[in-house]
Amino acid sequence: MPETILQKLTVASSTTGETKSEAGPLIEVDNLSLHYGPARALKQISLHISERLVTAFIGPSGCGKSTLLRCFNRMNDLIDHVRIEGTTRIGGHDIYSSKVDVIELRKRVGMVFQKSNPFPKSIYDNIAYGLRLHGVKSKSEVDAVVEQSLRNAALWDEVKDRLHASALGLSGGQQQRLCIARAIAIKPEIILMDEPASALDPIATAKIEDLILELKRDFTIVIVTHNMQQAARISDYTAFFYLGELIEFDSTRKIFTNPAKKQTEDYVTGRFG
Amino acid sequence: MNAQPSLAGTKGRHFRSERFDFGSFFFSGLTGLATLLILAILAVILGNILINGWSGLSWRFVSTIPKKDFFNQETTGVLPMIVGTTFRVLVMTIFVIPIGVITAVYLTEYADNTAASTRVIRGAINNLAGVPSIVFGLFGLGFFINFIGKNMDAILNSAGPTWSQPAVIWASLTLAVMTLPVVIVATEESLKAIPPGLREASLALGATKLETVIRIVLPQALPGIMTGGILAVSRAGGEVAPILFTGAAYYMSGLPKSLTNQFMDLGYHVYVLSTQSPNIDQTRPILYATVLVLLLLTFALNFVAILIRARVRKKLRALQ
Repeated sequence: MPETILQKLTVASSTTGETKSEAGPLIEVDNLSLHYGPARALKQISLHISERLVTAFIGPSGCGKSTLLRCFNRMNDLIDHVRIEGTTRIGGHDIYSSKVDVIELRKRVGMVFQKSNPFPKSIYDNIAYGLRLHGVKSKSEVDAVVEQSLRNAALWDEVKDRLHASALGLSGGQQQRLCIARAIAIKPEIILMDEPASALDPIATAKIEDLILELKRDFTIVIVTHNMQQAARISDYTAFFYLGELIEFDSTRKIFTNPAKKQTEDYVTGRFG
Repeated sequence: MNAQPSLAGTKGRHFRSERFDFGSFFFSGLTGLATLLILAILAVILGNILINGWSGLSWRFVSTIPKKDFFNQETTGVLPMIVGTTFRVLVMTIFVIPIGVITAVYLTEYADNTAASTRVIRGAINNLAGVPSIVFGLFGLGFFINFIGKNMDAILNSAGPTWSQPAVIWASLTLAVMTLPVVIVATEESLKAIPPGLREASLALGATKLETVIRIVLPQALPGIMTGGILAVSRAGGEVAPILFTGAAYYMSGLPKSLTNQFMDLGYHVYVLSTQSPNIDQTRPILYATVLVLLLLTFALNFVAILIRARVRKKLRALQ
């Protein structure tokens, strides 16, 4: 079992290294500002996120990186008194236009949360939940997607004998991979990850990171992380935020080896934050 | 800073207390006595009813529909009262649970908690819980029977007064209004205990708010909802004042057959027996037996509800 993950990893890194070509931007953010009541949490953010790459958002707590992430699937709609200015386009469509169906948007933009939050249902039902919501009724089809999603989330071998046991009996790392499996089961294009490994031990974290590298072949991933090494290891692009402003956005190599701004350098070298 | 010298001063002292802590002793004794007092009162009430009521209890007593002269121990029975009380409690449950749950869902899942209107609604619910039960009885008479019932008769072209008279449905609705706050508060507490992360996870998968409430939130809240139901049944089981004007009958020759019938009620019958009897000594055994039946019925209704809740809890716990 560890071999399969390793094998997959080597395959993944070799293929992504060679075949990845720059695609057009999938997420385009222009002059985005967000206010919670009178407080401004994001100040005129503009950035473009490319398809099938991993983009990391880094910055000290309260810098707005999670808030920006939650703009992409409109989870901020749930909070009272939020005001958003500027435009956010996904695949060319303004997602804050009145014509947008939020349900459809969230089907295309999945999310994995900081604290693993499996439903108090069986492992199988956790993944089937999204499918049933979106009208998949045939049992064989659900069965197939459940298996495929668990395989893609590198969890199948660990749970295949207890699919109908409670998801809450899994370890923290397994629960988080189940949440990833649940998100990819409905076949989104983008997966937003809000510090997905911050509550996990190093081994479980390594598994999640391997998984992210694996998933970027099929999905565009935007990840918020507090872990600088993690951003350096898994992301292609990195955005550094500070006090609601985007300080620098560039290739991860550039951000970590030769940042343009002094603030970025201070942060990635651990001098503040 | 000042701790240093005083700490040094304690060196060499043993830890044995030199004085008796009278305050602690007195207070723990006081709490124990208060508990004992409550238990003693309960034991006296239950013991008294059990000892005096037991002899009057028989299969014939609980299965007989009495004649008009229900003060005769040889021939009387309480079957119509058992049926009537059970009937009105069950009908009340059918009304109070859905309305209470939907209100609680609105307050916790939909309402803006900072808005003044939400605070007004919450205040109104708390005040509803403080209204004396006889006032609910008068409200039921005025609103359900004289307003809703009268209009229903007019609209349905009833031959005589069908809806505009005391009946099971009006008594049950009155009790439902009275027990609404209990169900709302219990449901709200259980909804608040559900981690917000579960709702977010469901919404992020593209579920609507309604789908999230029905498929994720409510199943988790079920034991709490049932606790509310159990409390409502306990409260309503023995209430007499709200049904005085809205459905309870002094005497009926048969069992209630529909929602528009009046009914005989155990609690009300206890009142009738203790105030209308021509011979108090002769009626006393009947009175005790009737009170015992009322107690047993309330316990039985609670017991069934608690059993169902235990099964639901077990099912949920299997997933935790």
